[in-house]
Amino acid sequence: MALVAYLFKQKPMKYIYEIQKIMSSKNLMLVYEGEFTQEITKSVLSMAERNLETKGEEMTIKRKVFNVMVECLQNICKHADSHDNEHEKEAVFMIGKEDNNYIITSGNFISNDNVESLKEKLDHINSLDKEGLKNLYKELIKNNELSDRGGAGLGFVDIARKSGSKLEYDFERINDNISFFSFKTSIPITKE
Amino acid sequence: MQILQLEGTEDTPRIFLDKSKNIFEISGRSLPEDAAEFYKPIIQWLSDYAKDPNPSTELIIKLEYFNTASSKLILDVLSKLEEIKNSKVIWYYYEEDEDMKEAGEEFSELVDVPFEYKTY
Repeated sequence: MALVAYLFKQKPMKYIYEIQKIMSSKNLMLVYEGEFTQEITKSVLSMAERNLETKGEEMTIKRKVFNVMVECLQNICKHADSHDNEHEKEAVFMIGKEDNNYIITSGNFISNDNVESLKEKLDHINSLDKEGLKNLYKELIKNNELSDRGGAGLGFVDIARKSGSKLEYDFERINDNISFFSFKTSIPITKE
Repeated sequence: MQILQLEGTEDTPRIFLDKSKNIFEISGRSLPEDAAEFYKPIIQWLSDYAKDPNPSTELIIKLEYFNTASSKLILDVLSKLEEIKNSKVIWYYYEEDEDMKEAGEEFSELVDVPFEYKTY
């Protein structure tokens, strides 16, 4: 987005067109940046759902996309609470299309203390096959510990299962306290 | 026994639990952020019902979507049925929705209650 910032300085109105171009070239259907709450989650979901319906997307794909969106958005909501700084509560959520996949991406700030454990959780999920994921899912709901910090990664396990794809992620260290966590899920449009 | 009836919303399911009519149903979408809070009265109702249940009980579960926060609570609801004699789950799923069918099968492996599957 450095380009957008530069243009904003040079030609104050130009950034609108630049954002439109980026969204169009990346095939982004929806982008939301700001604070996340359950109310915002509901609005984003209903907009995305209407968008998928307009596109005449197949029911099974639509449901997978919807499920992944719910888990992503609620993950962000849960983690936003752990920040005191208003700016750090802000996050970004996008849904778009790339080749033959729906792409759901999110980005939010997390405390550096949590980076290692989150990375381990995601790597563990990515190391499992379909059967392994199913067993982990059952294990986690059976133990039934309603931890308020993301239910021991149950959401991520569900995302991996529904999408059938590996979870992609990145951590960008911002300062001594926080990092920016980027997360991407691909949902193949063609049925297996 | 009081009827427990809650209209469905965009993120919570419709609940209809009626002992006298022998109808027990959870349907729609279950995506609340605080699933524990939402399911508390339902689990309480079932606990009370379990003390003096009807001769047979069929719980209809017909969900379009549920989030992982709800899945733990749905398991708690299903576990309540284990205490009720002659109880059964009727698990509905949209006929092409393999994920929802599989979700039902997984719940059935976690609780000691018979499941019957129906499509819509």
